[in-house]
Amino acid sequence: MIRVELAKLVRRPRSWVSIALLCGLPVLVAVFVAVTHLAPPPGQGPALLSAVLSSGSLYPAAALAIVLPIFLPVAVAVVAGDSIAGEATAGTLRYLLARPVGRTRLLAAKLVTLVVYTLAAVVLVAGTAYLTGILLFGSQPVAATPGGLTTSNIAATSLSGTGLSPLDIALRTLGAVSFIGVSMLGVGAIALFLSTITDSALGAALGALAALITSEVLVTLNAAAAVNPYLPTRYWLAWIDFFRDPIVWRNIERGYAVQGAYVLVFLAAAWAHFATKDITS
Amino acid sequence: MIATRALTKRYGHLLVVDQVDLDVREGDRYGFLGPNGSGKTTVVRMLLGLVYATSGEIAVLGQPVPGRVAEVLPAIGSLVEGPAAYGHLSGRANLALIDAAGRSGGRRTRRQRIADTLDRVGLGGIDNRPVKRYSLGMRQRLGLAAALLRSPRLLILDEPTNGLDPQGIREVRDLLVELNQAGTTVFLSSHQLAEVEQLCTRVGIVDQGRLVEQDDLAALRKLTGRSIIHTPDADRARQLLDGRVEQADTGSGRLLVADPDTAALNSRLVAAGIRVSGITAERRTLEDVVLSVTGSGADRFGAAREPTEPAHPAQAGHPAQAGHPAQAGLPAQAGHPAQAGDDIVEQ
Repeated sequence: MIRVELAKLVRRPRSWVSIALLCGLPVLVAVFVAVTHLAPPPGQGPALLSAVLSSGSLYPAAALAIVLPIFLPVAVAVVAGDSIAGEATAGTLRYLLARPVGRTRLLAAKLVTLVVYTLAAVVLVAGTAYLTGILLFGSQPVAATPGGLTTSNIAATSLSGTGLSPLDIALRTLGAVSFIGVSMLGVGAIALFLSTITDSALGAALGALAALITSEVLVTLNAAAAVNPYLPTRYWLAWIDFFRDPIVWRNIERGYAVQGAYVLVFLAAAWAHFATKDITS
Repeated sequence: MIATRALTKRYGHLLVVDQVDLDVREGDRYGFLGPNGSGKTTVVRMLLGLVYATSGEIAVLGQPVPGRVAEVLPAIGSLVEGPAAYGHLSGRANLALIDAAGRSGGRRTRRQRIADTLDRVGLGGIDNRPVKRYSLGMRQRLGLAAALLRSPRLLILDEPTNGLDPQGIREVRDLLVELNQAGTTVFLSSHQLAEVEQLCTRVGIVDQGRLVEQDDLAALRKLTGRSIIHTPDADRARQLLDGRVEQADTGSGRLLVADPDTAALNSRLVAAGIRVSGITAERRTLEDVVLSVTGSGADRFGAAREPTEPAHPAQAGHPAQAGHPAQAGLPAQAGHPAQAGDDIVEQ
């Protein structure tokens, strides 16, 4: 069943269009920045973008920062929201279940597909951004660190100003990719749960995005400080800590814990609801 | 093959299926007949484990449903409320996906089985166009192909001829008869009297969620004790049989006579020099049966009837569901008594 679901994902034009758009935006930004050499000053604009001019190998991280706030959650929510509700709307859900495909199996296959899509999206964004970065900004720039440290194996500078080796950057980027992947799974789990409730794929996707926007609003609200640590988007930007030296693990760990909790709770809810639901679509 | 006991489904206050006791036997071509909204589809969905019953028991192929539904479903082919497919893929790709979805698909034989099944439903020469470019009839055939893909023992088909032209309806009917003769039990749900009358050997009639009649078609279509005579000499025949002619249409030369003995009638008419172009014993049509078991007149619409039968809340909120079979455009399709015996001379 997992193979069937993956085949459906791969053969669906939408999967590729959405990933192409995700990869395209950072490329567009990179071209503008490279042509004008006008990067936003540190602390403004997308994270890390200011450092990119000095080193293209940091661009994957900057690219993830560009797509993270809207594009990536939208893409994940659309795919996850479509997973059950889309089959229900098309009428294929009843034929899959009558084939028979067990409801738990179907949900598991949808989840695996969602994980594959999310990881593929994040990895492809990082990959294309790496190529773009190397191509447009080069990998061996003059380091702009306070100490003026410039040796051949120091490719970039961390946010804290110390030099980072290429291997170091690769590992840190990998950490960021996994952290963002898990964060997106949190979104996906919410959308998947909503997808078992409604027969409208659009409704499920928008519902998940509404939850995220609510969370974003509450995060900035001092009055909501009591619930602040439990909001799904609270630690979304914690992956930037991978690029500090030394890595600040505190928020990264909390981020993983919060996202893990959201994924578990909403998957359990999705399963409980879907397994006992009357399929009337 | 299918047995239900006191099967009931309630959505909130709405009673959709009410104490239904189905009995479908091996080898039957069972027609599950009822107007739109009478609960047919809900029953079909419960048989397939898609919808869970509020109360009552279901056994399909001897196994309890939904308890062991995963064991019986591989032997069932189904078409529920219209076909469905992934619009951006071809018909073949759709069948391959649905075949690969369940267990025991048999990957090596898949291509061959798909080709054979497409041949069977009349899509053998189909190209690779995506299903979204299919006509309604082609989609219906594709849905039927998906149901037949694994040579099921039991076919559960909900309105299988929907969207087909007369030629297609006939092809599907022939196909179902052929499959049935090869040992497949067919459970066909339909609101079309003619379809059921022409295809089925056994009929269950459902009305507002209740199974109001279930019997062999031959038993339902029993003799009425009257004969239908066609003659160009209608006036003379009427004089001869005076008193027993219940209804006479001298224009078309059709007489309805209160006498079941067609042989005696025929010889008497001929002896009197009256030409007889057709004579046959009248049988109840399925339409007569449906009208008699589904009760009151054709003008009932929900609210007006509600006070007289408060026991059926299903009518209250859904006037459209209370529609009588006769309103669903049935009389035009159903065999009228006049057609039943035309030009058939019985001795």
